[in-house]
Amino acid sequence: MEKRVYLDNAAATAVRNEVIEEMLPFFDIEFGNPSTVYDMGSRVKASIDDQRAKVASLIGARPEEIIFTSGGTEANNLAIKGIAFAHRKKGDHIIIGATEHHSVLNSARFFERLDYEVTFLQVDEYGLVDPQRLKELIRPETILVSVAHASNEIGTIQPIAEIAEVCRDKNVFFHTDAVASVGNIPIDVKELGVDLLSLSGIPLRAPKGTGALYFRKGLRLMPLLHGGIQESGRRGGTENVPGIIGLGKAAELTLQELPQKIRHVKVLRDKLVKGIIDSVENIKLTGHPENRLPGHASLCIQAIEGEALVFLLNSHGIYVNTGSACASKALKTSPVLVAIGVPPELAQGSIVFTLDMPNTEDDINYVLEKLPIVVNRLRSMSPLWGKRETVQAG
Amino acid sequence: MKFVKDIKADDTLDLVCRMCPLHLLEPGEKLACMKEGQVLEVLTDYDGALEDIPSWCDKCGQEFIGIEEDEDCYKLYIRKRERNHHGKESLSG
Repeated sequence: MEKRVYLDNAAATAVRNEVIEEMLPFFDIEFGNPSTVYDMGSRVKASIDDQRAKVASLIGARPEEIIFTSGGTEANNLAIKGIAFAHRKKGDHIIIGATEHHSVLNSARFFERLDYEVTFLQVDEYGLVDPQRLKELIRPETILVSVAHASNEIGTIQPIAEIAEVCRDKNVFFHTDAVASVGNIPIDVKELGVDLLSLSGIPLRAPKGTGALYFRKGLRLMPLLHGGIQESGRRGGTENVPGIIGLGKAAELTLQELPQKIRHVKVLRDKLVKGIIDSVENIKLTGHPENRLPGHASLCIQAIEGEALVFLLNSHGIYVNTGSACASKALKTSPVLVAIGVPPELAQGSIVFTLDMPNTEDDINYVLEKLPIVVNRLRSMSPLWGKRETVQAG
Repeated sequence: MKFVKDIKADDTLDLVCRMCPLHLLEPGEKLACMKEGQVLEVLTDYDGALEDIPSWCDKCGQEFIGIEEDEDCYKLYIRKRERNHHGKESLSG
């Protein structure tokens, strides 16, 4: 088998064997519909409730505060639309971070078409929002604030507890998109003080198409999918039972192994970053230097086209990303990098490494061997390289 | 339709934004945990509940007290009865 070094774990992960094994019986043995009253259905319903408790435990929530979804995007849509529709009489103003994922950004923009007003909360050079600035932007008609817990693109972790406190004082609902953070750092919804939190199965190494929304008990939320009484009447449609089983098992394992994972990926990430700084000149690290996801490294390489870098690394069996999966495929300059003030020509050379447990020191050594070669090759063809100005790494 | 005002409830069930037929399932579960004579307040934005809940109370031997219309929802009041006035066992609650 050809060498493969996969460092794009924010985009997709290999599902754990224990998770696959747990899911298998629910395809062909325990395949009953959980809404039926006979035992083949009620057993499956009980299994779903067990997984709900496991996912709740991972984030310090109560089981009844978890709605299973088809992933992070649906959870974000449900949070934004569910609150905005259910609380329309209270107000029509929404505030979101300037560096949110498209599922938050485009959900908020959808409400602009319905005559709501959306304010974008700007970030500093590290991608951090300022809770004091948020306080100034909240108005009597503000109903919802949404700020991502951590950025998949630049790794920065936001001061969510402080932001939540501002929202609580102003009596405004607060949602955080924690797709990048749940499974990578410890999360407790009560400590954070959030009203809603989205998570995805991907960082837990559960199957794609799985996720959940935490909503504080007692919160009114308009369903996105009208149908039957699944998910306590908050999401119609027969449940993705194998996916939910997989998510629950992955949540259980993550809760047990998270400290070990954090140690493992942080050591590898630090080695990777140090090695790149030592071997590639004219780079700029992006995101916060300390308040960042432990397995996340992001940087911009001057006079390089990120897509070209990805393809050349691919030819060596190395898989990385240039930023968010959606933005990179659309060949757009990353809005996140623009928001943190990276000049467009430097933002073109964005590269993001996201590590997980399967990664090894050998993987990092291999990347550090190949990356300088690939960068030099691309720079030798670049007309920009001769006209360069020096950039600082940090 | 019997309209009431300022009814004091012992417990509240908020079913606003939640789908039909939860308004026929959750009141029974809630009443099961309440004492004879106590009043349950059911909040809902589902118009169908205005007919369904009184009818459900009748079938299940619970006393339907009445409805109050609020700004964002209806409030329906049910008094828990162990047996209905015909002496029939409650089906639920």
